[in-house]
Amino acid sequence: MQSNSLVLALLVLICSPAFAESAEEKGLKIAQEVEFRDSGWKDATVTLKMILQNKQGEESTRLLRLKFLEVDGDGDKSLTIFDSPRDVSGTAFLSFSHALTPDDQWLYLPALKRTKRIASANKSGPFMGSQFAYEDLSSFEVAKYKYKYIKDEEVDGTPCFVVENYPNYEHSGYTRQQVWVDKSRYIPIKIEFYDRKNDLLKTLAFKKYKQYLNKYWRAHEQLMINHQNGKSTLLVLDDFQFQTGLKDSDFQKANLKRLR
Amino acid sequence: MKQHVVSVLALLSTGLLFQATPADAEGWDFAGYVAAETRLFINDPAYSNQRDDRVSPSLVIEPELVYESNNRQYRFTLVPFARWDAHDEERQHADLREANLLYIKDNLDVLAGIGKVFWGVTESRHLVDIINQTDSVEDIDGEDKLGQPMLRLNVINDWGTVSAFVLPGFRERTFPAHDARLRGALVIDTDNPVYESSDGQSHIDYAVRYAHTLGQWDLGLSYFDGTSREPRLIPTIKNSQILLVPHYDQINQLGLDAQYTGEATLWKLELISRHGQGRRFVAGVGGLEYTLYGVLNSKADLGLIFEYQYDDRNPSEAPATAADDDFFLGTRLTLNDISDTTFLAGVIIDRHTHSTFYSVEAAYRISNNWKIELEGRFTGGVDENDILYGIRDDDFITLRLAYFI
Repeated sequence: MQSNSLVLALLVLICSPAFAESAEEKGLKIAQEVEFRDSGWKDATVTLKMILQNKQGEESTRLLRLKFLEVDGDGDKSLTIFDSPRDVSGTAFLSFSHALTPDDQWLYLPALKRTKRIASANKSGPFMGSQFAYEDLSSFEVAKYKYKYIKDEEVDGTPCFVVENYPNYEHSGYTRQQVWVDKSRYIPIKIEFYDRKNDLLKTLAFKKYKQYLNKYWRAHEQLMINHQNGKSTLLVLDDFQFQTGLKDSDFQKANLKRLR
Repeated sequence: MKQHVVSVLALLSTGLLFQATPADAEGWDFAGYVAAETRLFINDPAYSNQRDDRVSPSLVIEPELVYESNNRQYRFTLVPFARWDAHDEERQHADLREANLLYIKDNLDVLAGIGKVFWGVTESRHLVDIINQTDSVEDIDGEDKLGQPMLRLNVINDWGTVSAFVLPGFRERTFPAHDARLRGALVIDTDNPVYESSDGQSHIDYAVRYAHTLGQWDLGLSYFDGTSREPRLIPTIKNSQILLVPHYDQINQLGLDAQYTGEATLWKLELISRHGQGRRFVAGVGGLEYTLYGVLNSKADLGLIFEYQYDDRNPSEAPATAADDDFFLGTRLTLNDISDTTFLAGVIIDRHTHSTFYSVEAAYRISNNWKIELEGRFTGGVDENDILYGIRDDDFITLRLAYFI
């Protein structure tokens, strides 16, 4: 009996084609391709409108401006300037995101002229009362997850790979994310987020993709629906600009005080 | 004073012609707020010559006008401030919080005019922060500041930021009127301050600061030479009445502030060493803020703050302080909801006299432009040797409704 199964196992090994890969390897390769195709943009700016909606359909809007600096081999640096709600206008948020360790974050409060370094272990916390967690908004890095390819599936006529991402960051708010990746463009079309109890928590849909610099695809709408509380947040992104000449020094803490 | 208020109104009416624009556009930007507030005093005043109004309303306006040049190298900022107060004629005041020109060129910037600067990391006491004078009629927590004339140079380097200040023109601390609440046991003779320097209010002060971030550490080192922002209040007999006369000494002060940012814990320290008010003294405040994220399976964060305050100044030679050997315990609740609801509650306990000072703050955003805030300041079991003794019956709650432009 034992020797039979050994023979069977050997047979399976020998007969498998040399290029066969596990679901984990295939998932990783897809993630690597996603990251590779979206690298080299250097820096970018964008304006962002967040429309928060509660269960009753009541809306609240936030206006933000964002600046990004691509960082090789680590998470990107970002600067967020708040224009609305008006009581927080002028507030600026500087973040150096990291794949496996807490981000470095500073908050500038213009009324007090005070820059506060804030603890950021809570990447799973909500961003500005929205359905987006901080970790949902930070840049995609291969090192952030372990991967597993599940199947091929179409989303609204777009052929996609379905890949599961398992966060490596210990304080992540998710056990896994199921990502639908466009097979031809290697960009996310839809993400399902599963909470720490592995229940479906949120679905994020990327819409209105446009290509920039003949290479980089950016979704102009991102709709996050929370299935557990019935709330949703729509991000409307506008006026993308790439390679604007932003430098590392523009993302220094000392620079927060002179931003506008 | 009235004239100031009128000119602020004139400024505001011109400002209202400018629509609020996205701040990234070159040109004009208009922001700021107007607020209606009322103080509710819990008890009758301790002294017979204080007004006994329990409800004390006021109106506040603080518009902000910014012009940025096309190349973004020049920026003009104007922030006038005015308050109308029903009962405290000193609290009814106007100030230019900011009126300055900022020039930015790469890693260098120069600011000329009236400005505001904050240094420090701790929550219960701001020891290192010394550039701006405290506007103490606004609130007794020392967070409100008067605009300070300055010439400031900032140089941002890879090895840290160096700031140098020339500060011409001294601002006197504001104090409540002689018949107002929160004035203390004795009337302060605000019209006749005494300066150690013969230059008086026109003494030119200097300051430098070095600040840097090293990994999880944010560090600041500062030096100030000039007129003390804290006056000594000297009892003086004038017209057979005892008044407290503010004495502004010449001091120099070395300051250090440091924060270590851990995963959920912030470790904070501020230290100063001051010369010029009797013997050299040191003071420090340090502690931690620990945050429980998503407390009780909610979206809310609960922060627990502990700080210890120490000050070895000699109260007969230096301005008196309540924070000589005190503990601060505080808690901050952030609901992370659509209204950005926050609560902050704290208590400062003197280790020797057991005098306590309670503070609560809450804020709730009603809509894009409207916000409601609540503040409470209370004393408990104040020892008659504590400087809080004079305001022991002035516990109050402030309710504020603000419209942000």
